Amino acid sequence: MAILELNQISKHFGAIQALNGISIALEEGEVVGLMGDNGAGKSTLVKIIAGNFHPSGGEIRIGGRPVQFNRPVEARENGIEVVYQDLALCDNLTAAANVFLGREVRKGFGPLKILDYNAMYRRAAELFKELKSETRPRDLVRQMSGGQRQAVAIARTRLSDAKIVLMDEPTAAISVRQVAEVLNLIRRLKDQGVAVVLISHRMPDVFSVCDRVVVLRRGTKVADKPIAATSPEEVTGLITGAIQEA
Amino acid sequence: MSISIDEAVSKQTHGTLSGLMARQTFWVFVAFAVTILLMSLASDVFATEKNLYNVFRNFAFVGIMALGMTAVIITGGIDLSVGSTLCLAAIVTSMTMGAGYSVEVGIIAGLAASIAVGLVNGGLIAYVGMPSFVVTLGMLSVARSLAQVISNNQIVYQLGPDANAIMALGGGSSFGALLSPFGASGGIPNPALVLLVLALVAGFAFRWTRWGRHIFAIGGNENAATLTGVPVKAIKLSVYVVSALMAGIAGVLEVGWLGSVTVNLGTGMELQVIAASVIGGANLAGGAGTAFGAVIGSALIEVIRNSLILLGIPTFWQGTFVGCFIVVAVLVDRIRAMRQSN
Ligand SMILES: Nc1ncnc2c1ncn2[C@@H]1O[C@H](COP(=O)(O)OP(=O)(O)O)[C@@H](O)[C@H]1O
Ligand SMILES: [Mg+2]
Repeated sequence: MAILELNQISKHFGAIQALNGISIALEEGEVVGLMGDNGAGKSTLVKIIAGNFHPSGGEIRIGGRPVQFNRPVEARENGIEVVYQDLALCDNLTAAANVFLGREVRKGFGPLKILDYNAMYRRAAELFKELKSETRPRDLVRQMSGGQRQAVAIARTRLSDAKIVLMDEPTAAISVRQVAEVLNLIRRLKDQGVAVVLISHRMPDVFSVCDRVVVLRRGTKVADKPIAATSPEEVTGLITGAIQEA
Repeated sequence: MSISIDEAVSKQTHGTLSGLMARQTFWVFVAFAVTILLMSLASDVFATEKNLYNVFRNFAFVGIMALGMTAVIITGGIDLSVGSTLCLAAIVTSMTMGAGYSVEVGIIAGLAASIAVGLVNGGLIAYVGMPSFVVTLGMLSVARSLAQVISNNQIVYQLGPDANAIMALGGGSSFGALLSPFGASGGIPNPALVLLVLALVAGFAFRWTRWGRHIFAIGGNENAATLTGVPVKAIKLSVYVVSALMAGIAGVLEVGWLGSVTVNLGTGMELQVIAASVIGGANLAGGAGTAFGAVIGSALIEVIRNSLILLGIPTFWQGTFVGCFIVVAVLVDRIRAMRQSN
């Protein structure tokens, strides 16, 4: 059964129809590439799944159960985590502090609780090891490479054992070597049964890690195919409109 | 990939003293220590008990307020209203006591007035989304004006039946008997003790509480803090209340020290307080600052002022020295940051 199901999701901002009856289903451990030109509606779709926006129409089901999110926290409580386009990290804090931001581990008794630095360093180190990243828990994010920052943002999603991870252009502004690192991180997530929605403009990324590709054009889904059954040329044509639908 | 969890946990690119701010605080501390050393040699008066006692008491007021200011600056905000808040709290406390109420009631009334100021500041900044500079600039004007209205612009010197109690609190000292074997029979001035206690509390809160973690997160990246579920608005409100409360505490102590209050009290003090925080390593862009730095920054400013007087240099030079220290402290930090990113 599908872990995440979108049925006829629509969204308009005033007169702008950003999304038009989008239906997608995600299986456990499946990586789906979401592609489309600027303004096609990719970020809007992710924000609806993450609880940032209300859909104007349609329904979301998680594990077959219909859900409605009023706030991002509610989506998180339902096992959905997001790696935002700008990563949403605090440069002045350590890797571990960022992983646990808003979910700090504390110790002590009664009302007087103090931060449990050791527990957080330890757990963060485990998560980085699990992701095969060389990121160190005590390092300041300010001093990190793009790939390490990605690892921090992705480790956040592992903290709650999320079932669905949404990634909005995680490879947009980093070096080639770091892209490879991020793609490996996505494979780690897949190995652990996490379903991933990957928004990317980079054809090679999508074709190397995704099982399936969904193409949006001006708010409408124009393709939803297994990677093996399509080609970069076809996807490019679908994105630009040279190919109407597939 | 043979690295163990324990190794990873203990590893760090930089030493334990990592973080640029820790180092700025360190260098300011060195400057402070050197100034004290030189002054002890250059002046017969500097290292006397009486002079040090005065130095300690004088910087305590700025130091207490710098603790609150540092919390505000860490979140990326600023509080320009602290000097006026100090005055308002002092006027409210002194007039309440002058009306015949006990010292406890007077103190509670003064602190309540300062908390009210903090709630208005914080409410407008956190929940209405106005810039802290604008809101607290307005409050700088409003709070002082309210102090004038309440006191009818008169000096308040009638402190009622408990006058001695508040004067002992703000102007007195403690542990004199305990410290007399060390040549400090005057003890420690009470405002300095209050500063010590509050600095320990603030230092603890910054490092060991979730609140502390969150103020740094907000200063580092407010958007990220919001997205990750940090209660950004409530935390921002809280730092302005803390800042105002610190000003209120300093105001109450000033009542006892001075024995009377005029509506000019604390005029321009916000700049000294901000200067102390910044010299101590608080970054006006947000995300950095320490309680120790706030104390050291205030102490350094007061020692400079005291030194100029003792060396017979006209006190008009004080502003030049303090100003240069602000610029140099931040400049050193900048150069360090640039070196590191290369
Ligand atoms: N908050 C918003 N308010 C109004 N219009 C929006 C908003 N967010 C997105 N849009 C519009 O919705 C459309 C889809 O945008 P978006 O989802 O960001 O596209 P993509 O991420 O695929 O580039 C665009 O026309 C954009 O202008
Ligand atoms: Mg987008």
